[in-house]
Amino acid sequence: MASALTPDRFVAPTVTATAKIVVAGAFGVGKTTFVSSVSEVPPVHMEEPITRASALVDDLARTPAKSTTTVGVDFGRTHLSDDLVLYLFGTPGQIRFRFLWEELIVGALGALVLVDPRDLDASHEILGLLEENGVPYAVAVNQFDGAPHHPLGEVHEALALAGHTPLTVCDARERASCMQALIQLTEYLVRLAHSLEPRP
Amino acid sequence: MSRPRQDPDLVRPYVRTGGRTRPSTDVRLESVVFAATGTRPGLNPDARRLLALFAPAQGGGLAVAEIASALALPPSTTRILVADLIEHGLMTLAQGQPDDRLPASLIERVLNGLRAHA
Repeated sequence: MASALTPDRFVAPTVTATAKIVVAGAFGVGKTTFVSSVSEVPPVHMEEPITRASALVDDLARTPAKSTTTVGVDFGRTHLSDDLVLYLFGTPGQIRFRFLWEELIVGALGALVLVDPRDLDASHEILGLLEENGVPYAVAVNQFDGAPHHPLGEVHEALALAGHTPLTVCDARERASCMQALIQLTEYLVRLAHSLEPRP
Repeated sequence: MSRPRQDPDLVRPYVRTGGRTRPSTDVRLESVVFAATGTRPGLNPDARRLLALFAPAQGGGLAVAEIASALALPPSTTRILVADLIEHGLMTLAQGQPDDRLPASLIERVLNGLRAHA
């Protein structure tokens, strides 16, 4: 039985609009930390069952005690004004779970892709999936302690980013740093939206 | 009832939603909904649990994702339950201003909000 929600879980009665940004990236890159830093309430976790029943049966037969039947997403939120709330969804590292992935990207303004400077290659799969689905994105290098400081130009090249794709450095533990990364993404989305508007 | 159920039965969400896999209203994970007050007879247990979540709401709203998490229901199932409750007049969707349908307007509002809170 679910325990009662605390009043802070509710958004203001004046909210009329919501926006969604996806925080994507490889496993262990700091997505949950990022969402926690920006969210005004502790992030919440939700789980979607894997929809292929056969996979479930196989898994349960082998490891009955292990919960491998769901894929989880963390999300957080912040009021941007009395009437507008921004939701951040941290996407699962295992992007083969297409079902939940589609639920996440529908209606998203865009994605911020976190990358680990120690493992840039791990990001190619998620970048490819965003491009396939036409989700505009910016990239932020999550600067882990002791990680190498690559010049951003080299990272841009290593990730084979398009020339207009914003690339920045952030510290997922620092709220101000995360907000700057989101601002950079959103400025890019504004430019894109205007360039896509029909010309008078 | 005292401890959470870990139910691996994948048939259950399908049965719960009457065999539908898509909501009839455009309800997304980030959609904010508000609940009507009071109880109605004839609601199924999931719908009652969902409405009961709003007891401490004081007029506030919840995102569909938050509801899914609180009830430990799959997000896809939750979207369908919420859409049903909206159709029955027991919940309302946060209504955007007409301009919000233009993505550029919403994106600019998000940008202004982020800058104001940075």
